[in-house]
Amino acid sequence: MSIDILMPALSPTMEEGTIAKWLVKEGDTVSSGDVLAEIETDKATMELESINDGKVAKILVPEGTEGVKVNAVIARLVEEGESADAAETKPAPKAEAPAKAEAKPAVKAAAVPKAAPVLQDPEIPAGTEMVEMTVREALRDAMAEEMRRDDKVFLMGEEVGQYQGAYKVSQGLLDEFGDKRVIDTPITEHGFTGLGVGAAMAGLKPIVEFMTFNFAMQAIDHIINSAAKTRYMSGGMISVPIVFRGPNGFASRVAAQHSQCYASWYGHVPGLKVVAPYSAADAKGLLKSAIRDPNPVVFLEQELLYGRKFEVPKLDDYTVPIGKAKVVREGKDVTLISFSYTMLAVLDAAEALAAEGIDAEVIDLRTIRPLDAETLVASVKKTNRAVVVEQGWTAYGVTSEVSSVLMEQAFDWLDAPVLRLGGADVPMPYAASLEKVAVVQPEDVVKAAKTVCYKA
Amino acid sequence: MTTRKPATKARQRAARASAPPPYKAKPKELLEFYREMLLIRRFEERAGQMYGMGLIGGFCHLYIGQEAVITGVRAAMKDGDSLITAYRDHGHILAVGTSPNAVMAELTGRSGGVSKGKGGSMHMFDVKANFYGGHGIVGAQIPLGAGIAFAHKYKGDGGVSVTFFGEGAANQGQVYEAFNMAELWGLPVVFIIENNQYAMGTSAERASSETHFYKRGTSFRIPGYEVDGMDVLAVRAAAEDAIGFVRDGNGPIILEMKTYRYRGHSMSDPAKYRSRDEVQKMRADRDPIDHLGEMLVATGAASEDDLKAVDREIKDIVSDAADFAQDSPEPDAAELFTEVYA
Ligand SMILES: Cc1ncc(C[n+]2csc(CCOP(=O)(O)OP(=O)(O)O)c2C)c(N)n1
Ligand SMILES: [Mg+2]
Repeated sequence: MSIDILMPALSPTMEEGTIAKWLVKEGDTVSSGDVLAEIETDKATMELESINDGKVAKILVPEGTEGVKVNAVIARLVEEGESADAAETKPAPKAEAPAKAEAKPAVKAAAVPKAAPVLQDPEIPAGTEMVEMTVREALRDAMAEEMRRDDKVFLMGEEVGQYQGAYKVSQGLLDEFGDKRVIDTPITEHGFTGLGVGAAMAGLKPIVEFMTFNFAMQAIDHIINSAAKTRYMSGGMISVPIVFRGPNGFASRVAAQHSQCYASWYGHVPGLKVVAPYSAADAKGLLKSAIRDPNPVVFLEQELLYGRKFEVPKLDDYTVPIGKAKVVREGKDVTLISFSYTMLAVLDAAEALAAEGIDAEVIDLRTIRPLDAETLVASVKKTNRAVVVEQGWTAYGVTSEVSSVLMEQAFDWLDAPVLRLGGADVPMPYAASLEKVAVVQPEDVVKAAKTVCYKA
Repeated sequence: MTTRKPATKARQRAARASAPPPYKAKPKELLEFYREMLLIRRFEERAGQMYGMGLIGGFCHLYIGQEAVITGVRAAMKDGDSLITAYRDHGHILAVGTSPNAVMAELTGRSGGVSKGKGGSMHMFDVKANFYGGHGIVGAQIPLGAGIAFAHKYKGDGGVSVTFFGEGAANQGQVYEAFNMAELWGLPVVFIIENNQYAMGTSAERASSETHFYKRGTSFRIPGYEVDGMDVLAVRAAAEDAIGFVRDGNGPIILEMKTYRYRGHSMSDPAKYRSRDEVQKMRADRDPIDHLGEMLVATGAASEDDLKAVDREIKDIVSDAADFAQDSPEPDAAELFTEVYA
């Protein structure tokens, strides 16, 4: 009886990968636990281990093959002593799990909406060449450019150096800048954040990476009490030029303690600037601005956006100002306001609404604090309706702040109450079926937009 | 809280300076240890496989290689003692006797899971078995473990809290806040550091100025020693010693279990921070299950056939768990809003 070896999924979002290397050849005897092959995705390399004892009868996908779909049969094992021909006859391994899984579709992660193209920033000179790059690459380039420009800038965090970043954002930086400026820390968030703030007080410009912002809660005292307040408390004597960055918010299937948005937490605090980009161009331009800013900046990224590609202007020094929202799609019927991950759902919703004859304007906040009220109010004066969307909880949230600002500054222009949409008011559940309903979907945005247009 | 622990001198005499000799197990116990470790090993292998098939999502940290630690410690615990650990928790929950079906169904996020699919791999709980999780924030379970010990002492129920954490977690500041209070108040807690030598891709040497983690309590006057965590009998003896010390009202103690994880940190792991040879050598020379199997046969405590029978029994248990975890329905959408508040 032969056993199929399937292409494994390395993460819930992985659909295909590369077989980088076979470590066994046909005819080899393997036992459970032996490494069969190295599999690569854009994020990581993983070793595929055998879970059975047997002989490698057939390697069906040669090494170097890219785009191998998850669950594709890549090799066959036969039991010791059996001829390799056994692998040819279609096996029906009864008790073996792979057969079972083929019969039942794997649980799908919450649907990730596909987004429409983004309008260009007016600041980009006409005729500028645009290059496609991922958000991950854009962030890395921003740090590298600023580190080349200013030797006071250094990067510190867990696994940022030798490991090349837990999410590969700092890839290559250790090689270029050495371990004086790319520093692997112990798992001591409260300690290294305080240390970073102290270094900033003394004139350096640290970039502190949190493996995810969930772990910054260990360090939030230093972010707020030490970083945000010191300039004020010292009567302007001491500034804290520091960037706190890392993935924030929803990440697929990692449950309550690893999937939470902190935009409103930091947005609440005077003395902090808070940035949360969506596109690669904004990620690059805003991170460069954040590193140069003389204030503490909380820079919220998103794991689920790291691998997305966008056009980025090819300019020697591309910066995007902190504090400016961006109209990414013009429209006249309703304003949809969001930032970061939920821009995907909002842009999809705008397309769907267009198909139904509702012309939505879409605004990406990009900066959470200071909030660009001017751009929001100008849009609402035109459309007279607004839906505000965030991935976090709406209670005391960014959406609540935006709604208040619109009520205070655009009350006379509103034809309907502003609606807020956000993640379900519960800790993030693990189960796929629950997670899907806990996260804002494009349909939810469409429904809310129709409601404020009185077309529901 | 009043401190009713004996004077420091007496306590220092009571605490050992190094690990006791290995536990002298009866043949029946040996076979039970073998069975327990094999259950964890095969369960984890199947979980890894199911992850690869997309049936398990998110982070999934396998315990393969470290089975002797929880098996030996659990065997020395009494009913009424408590246990808490981090996200690498599948072995711990299986060891307290929770149904493998419910554990696997939690991994697949189904309603038959221990937490109805709401917690997943990192957040296993079984409060009936005094198992308090399953915690995803590195270091957080350590003060919680001290708090459970506080409750045991407060209630006077004679229970001991056994609090597990990794050598990477040992660098978190809250560990030392917990150590200080635990000693100051004489809390009945055994701190077990599972030193598997790596925290994700960072070796203990690259992150720790003192890599003898059992010494980490020294400045709080907490005794500790190192234990061979790849030998279930060494673990069993040390755990009995440490739990006894704590139960006698001597306050906390630290056991550093030298162990090794064979698999990646979680499912996606670049595997570039250690050599394949290093892993292979550990597996070949130090595997806790192989080692015990050989010992069982060599001493005549069990025959090859006996071990094969255990193998078959475990295979069936794990297959049933895998089937159950795929057949159990996904939680109903209405479950989303339940259990937020008591
Ligand atoms: C506060 C916090 N920081 C970082 C992480 C990410 N993280 C998860 S496990 C881990 C390594 C922990 O290593 P160790 O304590 O040795 O335990 P092991 O994984 O080896 O069992 C890290 C850095 C986290 N979950 N929580
Ligand atoms: Mg470790």
